[in-house]
Amino acid sequence: MIARFVVRRAAALAVTLLIASVAIYGALFLSPGDPATLLVGGGKEPSPRLLAEIHRQYHLDEPFPASYWRWLTGMLRGDAGQSLSYQDSVTHLLGARIGNTLLLIAYAALLIVTFGVALGALAALRGEWADTVVTVLSTTFMAVPVFVMAVLLTWGFAVRLGWFPAYGSGTGFTDRLEHLTLPALALAASWLAYVAQVSRAAIRAELVSEHVQTARSRGIKESRIVRKHILRNAAAPIVSVSGVAVAGLIAGSSIVEQAFGLNGVGALLIQSAAKQDLAVVQALALLTVVAFALINTAVDVLSAALDHRLPPGGSR
Amino acid sequence: MNHMETPLLAFEGLHITLPVRGEHRAVVHRVDLTVPAGGAVGLVGESGSGKSLTARSVLRLLPPGARVGGDVRFDGASVTAMDAASLRALRGSGAAMIFQDPRAHINPLRTIGDFLTEGLVTTRGQRQGAATARATDLLREVGIADAPRRLRQRPAELSGGLLQRVMIAAALIGEPRLLLADEPTTALDVTTQAEVMAVIDEAREQRGLAMLFITHDLALAAAVCDSIAVMYAGSVVEQLPAARLHDASCHPYTRALLAARPDPGTGARPLRAIEGRPLSASEAGPGCAFAPRCPAARDLCTTDRPLPERTGDGRTACHFPLLAGADDAAPGTERTVRHG
Repeated sequence: MIARFVVRRAAALAVTLLIASVAIYGALFLSPGDPATLLVGGGKEPSPRLLAEIHRQYHLDEPFPASYWRWLTGMLRGDAGQSLSYQDSVTHLLGARIGNTLLLIAYAALLIVTFGVALGALAALRGEWADTVVTVLSTTFMAVPVFVMAVLLTWGFAVRLGWFPAYGSGTGFTDRLEHLTLPALALAASWLAYVAQVSRAAIRAELVSEHVQTARSRGIKESRIVRKHILRNAAAPIVSVSGVAVAGLIAGSSIVEQAFGLNGVGALLIQSAAKQDLAVVQALALLTVVAFALINTAVDVLSAALDHRLPPGGSR
Repeated sequence: MNHMETPLLAFEGLHITLPVRGEHRAVVHRVDLTVPAGGAVGLVGESGSGKSLTARSVLRLLPPGARVGGDVRFDGASVTAMDAASLRALRGSGAAMIFQDPRAHINPLRTIGDFLTEGLVTTRGQRQGAATARATDLLREVGIADAPRRLRQRPAELSGGLLQRVMIAAALIGEPRLLLADEPTTALDVTTQAEVMAVIDEAREQRGLAMLFITHDLALAAAVCDSIAVMYAGSVVEQLPAARLHDASCHPYTRALLAARPDPGTGARPLRAIEGRPLSASEAGPGCAFAPRCPAARDLCTTDRPLPERTGDGRTACHFPLLAGADDAAPGTERTVRHG
C-alpha cells in the first residue's frame, strides 16, 4: 500500500523538477535582449568580442532544447558552468558555502521541531498558565519578521550580553555552532511559534476526542494515553507542518546569512542576483527547488505512514 | 429493597452540575437507583435528560469542571472518593462502558487487535500472545467470523455493526461485573441493532453480568431489562419492574411516553405526542419539571418538587400519581395530535 504511494509520489517529484528546470533555464531566454548581456552583468555595454565569447561558452546560438539539455545534463553531472563575476566554477562556489547553509538549516530545523512540539504539547496538556504563556509568546514571535528578529537577537545576545558572536561563520565544529546559534534562532523563531501553535491545536483536539475517553474508561494509565493515543494521533498534522516549516527555512536562510555575515549559499544568492550573475542564480534556484520538493515529498510519505487514512485517492 | 446485601451499583441522591459560562448549572438533579448483581436496569429518557451523564458518573468520566453531589457506590465503595489506583481498577475490571458511536470511540489509527488487547497488556500485565488469543476468542463470541484478519485491520475497514461488536468484545475482555451500555444501538441501522442487542444479551446471560442500559427506546429497554427507570430533566421520575411497565406505571410522563409509541397491533390509532417541549435539567424550576407539560398538574406541582415515593410495584416522584386501575386512559388523551 505505502510502496505504491511512494512510487507515485516519486514520479510526481520527477515531473515537478523537470518542469521547474525548464522554467528556470527558460527565464534566461524570456528576458528581453541578448541573454549574453545578462550573463556579463553590470550596466555598461560589453564589447562585441566578449559577447561572442559568451555566446560560444554558453552555447547560446544553439536551439533552446539543445542548450537546455546541455545545461541540465551538466547540472546532473555536477557541472553548473562558470560564474562571470567570481571568475570561478559555480560548483566550486557552492561547494565552499553549502556546508554553512546546511548546518544553519539543520540547526534551525532541530530547534523548530524539538521546541515547537514541546511547547505546543506543554500548552495543550498542562493548560492554564502554560497555555496562556505559550499562546501569547508564539503569537508575538509569529508576527516578528526574520530580519527584525536578527537585529533584536544581535542587540540582545551579542552586543548587550556578549554570549554569542554577532558576525561570521567561525571555524571548527563547536565554534561554528556558536556562530550559528543566533542566526538559527532568528531563522527558526517565527516557524517555531507556528509549529507550537499547530501542535497545541492538534494535541488539544485529540485530548478531548471520544477515543481518548474510551481509553480512559478502560483504566489505561494517563501517561500511556498521552503517548499512544494523544501524541501519536496528533503526529501526522504536526509532521506535515514541521515539513512546511523546514522547507520555509531554505527561503529564509538568505536573509539570515546576509544579516549575520555568514558565508553560505543564501548570501551568495543575494550577492549573485545583485551582480546579475545568472549562472549562479540558475544553479541556486534549481538547488532550492530540488531541496523544497524533496522535503515536501519526504513529509508526505512520512505523514501517510503515520496516518493510514491519509493517502489521497485511496491506496487500498 | 433488600437491606441484607449491597447492590452492585447504587446511585444515592446523585446530583451533577457543570460550569456553563462561569456559573454552575445542574445537569442531573436527583438520581436514586440501584442495580443488583446480575440484574439489568434500563435508564430511559429524552436527549438532555441526564441519563448519559448518570452512566458516566459510574466511571468518573464527567466533563472537566463537573461537580458531583450525593454518591455513586460500586460494590459498596464510593466512586467519588476513590484514589487513582482504585479508579483504574474499577475502570479496568469492575465496570465497562459500551459507547454509542464506535467509529468515534475507537482510536482510528490503531489496529483492532491493539484496541482489544491494550487493557489486558498494560493494566493486567498479560503477555501479548495470551491477550491476542483472548481477543480472538471474544471476537468469535460476538459473531465476528474471520477474527485473526480483523485483529490486523483498522476501524476504517470495518462496518458500523462490526465495530460495535468490537466495542462489546473490548468491554467484555476485562471481565467486568457491570456493563454500562450508552445507547449502544442508536448509531446502527435497524437490522444491525437487533443483532447487536442479541450479542449483548447473550454475553450477559453467560457471564451473569449486570447492566445499566441507557436508551430513549422504552420498548427496547422493557424487552432487555428487569427494571426500568424513567428520567426527565435530570431526575428519575419513576422506577418499576419492566414487566409491570404497561400496567403499573403511575407517573404522567411515563404514561405519556407509552401512549406516544406506535402500536402495530391496533391499526390506525393516531400517535399521541406530548405537548410542549422537553426541558433540560437546568431549566427546571422549583416545582416538578414535568408540570408545564402535565395534563394533571395542579398548583402544588409548580411550587414543590416531588420526591420518589413507593407506588405499588415501583417508586414514583409525583404529587398526584395515576395509580393503577384508577384511571385507564393515559394523560394526553384530550390533546391528541395526529402525525403525518
